[in-house]
Amino acid sequence: MSTLPSLSPPMTPETSPFWRAAAAGSLALPRCNECERLIWYPREFCPHCGADQVTWTTLTGRGHIYSYTVIRRAPHPAFAGSVPYALAVVELEEGARMMTNVVSDDLDDLAIGMALTAVYDRVSDECGIVRFRPTREG
Amino acid sequence: MSIRGRAFIVGAYEHPGRRLPDRSTPQIFRDVATGALADAGLSLGDIDAVFCDSNIGGLSSLSISEYLGVRSRYMDSTDIGGSSYLSHIGHASAAIAAGKCHVALVMLAGKSGSQVPAPELPESSFESTYGPTVVSEYALVASRHRYEFGTTSEQLAEIKVAASLHAQYNPHALLPKPVSVEEVISSPVIADPLHRLDCCVVTDGGGAVVVVSPEIARSLPRRSVKVLGHGEAVRHSVNTGSDLTFSPAVWSGPAAFAEARLSPADVDYASIYDSFTITVLVTLEDLGFCPKGTGGSFVSGGTLVAPFGALPFNTDGGGLCSNHPAFRGGMTKVIEAVRQLRGEAQPAVQVPGCQIALAHGSGGSIATRMGAATLLLGVEDA
Repeated sequence: MSTLPSLSPPMTPETSPFWRAAAAGSLALPRCNECERLIWYPREFCPHCGADQVTWTTLTGRGHIYSYTVIRRAPHPAFAGSVPYALAVVELEEGARMMTNVVSDDLDDLAIGMALTAVYDRVSDECGIVRFRPTREG
Repeated sequence: MSIRGRAFIVGAYEHPGRRLPDRSTPQIFRDVATGALADAGLSLGDIDAVFCDSNIGGLSSLSISEYLGVRSRYMDSTDIGGSSYLSHIGHASAAIAAGKCHVALVMLAGKSGSQVPAPELPESSFESTYGPTVVSEYALVASRHRYEFGTTSEQLAEIKVAASLHAQYNPHALLPKPVSVEEVISSPVIADPLHRLDCCVVTDGGGAVVVVSPEIARSLPRRSVKVLGHGEAVRHSVNTGSDLTFSPAVWSGPAAFAEARLSPADVDYASIYDSFTITVLVTLEDLGFCPKGTGGSFVSGGTLVAPFGALPFNTDGGGLCSNHPAFRGGMTKVIEAVRQLRGEAQPAVQVPGCQIALAHGSGGSIATRMGAATLLLGVEDA
């Protein structure tokens, strides 16, 4: 869990499996049945090869920081109590890169390449927010 | 078919205002339309094509045609953010070359507070949920660039310093005071590694240009600017795998250079979209002014400083110091390139013998999806 605001984002039938999986504590993305690439952000088709058939796949929730920044000015009143916080592009173990937050007690310690594990902020039965924490060693 | 030499910019006007609380956006549209037409020696009745972005909302090119009283027979409200106007000039040139219109009015007008969220865009939930800011998305690119290539805050600051040296000669610049590298890197961090002085200003305002056929250009009294080449592109997560080290200039630049039959070495002056210092650095690399990863050393040592740097850029002070109307800097990039090619830039920053200029716009966000449009422009007989 993080102290960042977990607002229920607009959800559509096309993307609801992503949010529902996060509510249940897992990271899921569609994978193309044809070219087998992961699809970020989720769609009901493959934007890489155009195939119609995709399969929702549960991922490990492990990855690393591809890039990050620490935001010191809040964009929205909802985030005002949360600054400073880290915005990152995380590269998942399975290959896709996603925008998310990295939650840490020590933002100064973050670094590109740092190993991460997904954490889930539950909003409702239908929606959770996927964020990441530095992977604890041992 | 190429547009090379088949369209000319004959009028250009930049709104002198930076804070316009008493002018509505439609009024600013009329201000810039009137200014560009007067500069060209034309009148509203001569226009047969209207180009504007969709930032005002609704069916903007219809509403603005009606508001101005233009009988448009060609309209384009393509909105690719700050790069829209360079795209519009490319589209207008193609339409003129095809005989679809003869006198195109390309406009930007707007206020600093007119951005509206668009929750139905397919990516919205997958980004806004995490509290990104505009600055932070560019910071993600600066952070990765630093990691891969060792680009420093001091090197990024050189870009702001060059812009500020130019802005001191622009009587309309919002920030006319020269700053040092030290001042840039000691300004508050907004989103690591970007400081307040790495960011562009936020202003009201706008500008317009008039694009016409060669026949009409020849009949007009003012020095005209030849459209030599145009390219546009989008980068997004699908066509880059979210590689944050490059911008769509990597595609729009070569397309424009090929159409113009020119290379980066031919460019005397460059207007480079400067929403943030990192935007300039990445764009210079992607346009081929220096190899990928070497932008930091390229911009150091006064390369960008007019009139005698190797590549004088943004001689009006750019978005970093002069203005950034409605969060969109593309139009003013074109206007300063036109000034340089006409020999009408501020004397202290006029590039001697300027024959070929490049203007580059970008729009959207560099870390997610970004549009780009590149124009190569030349003097009348280029």
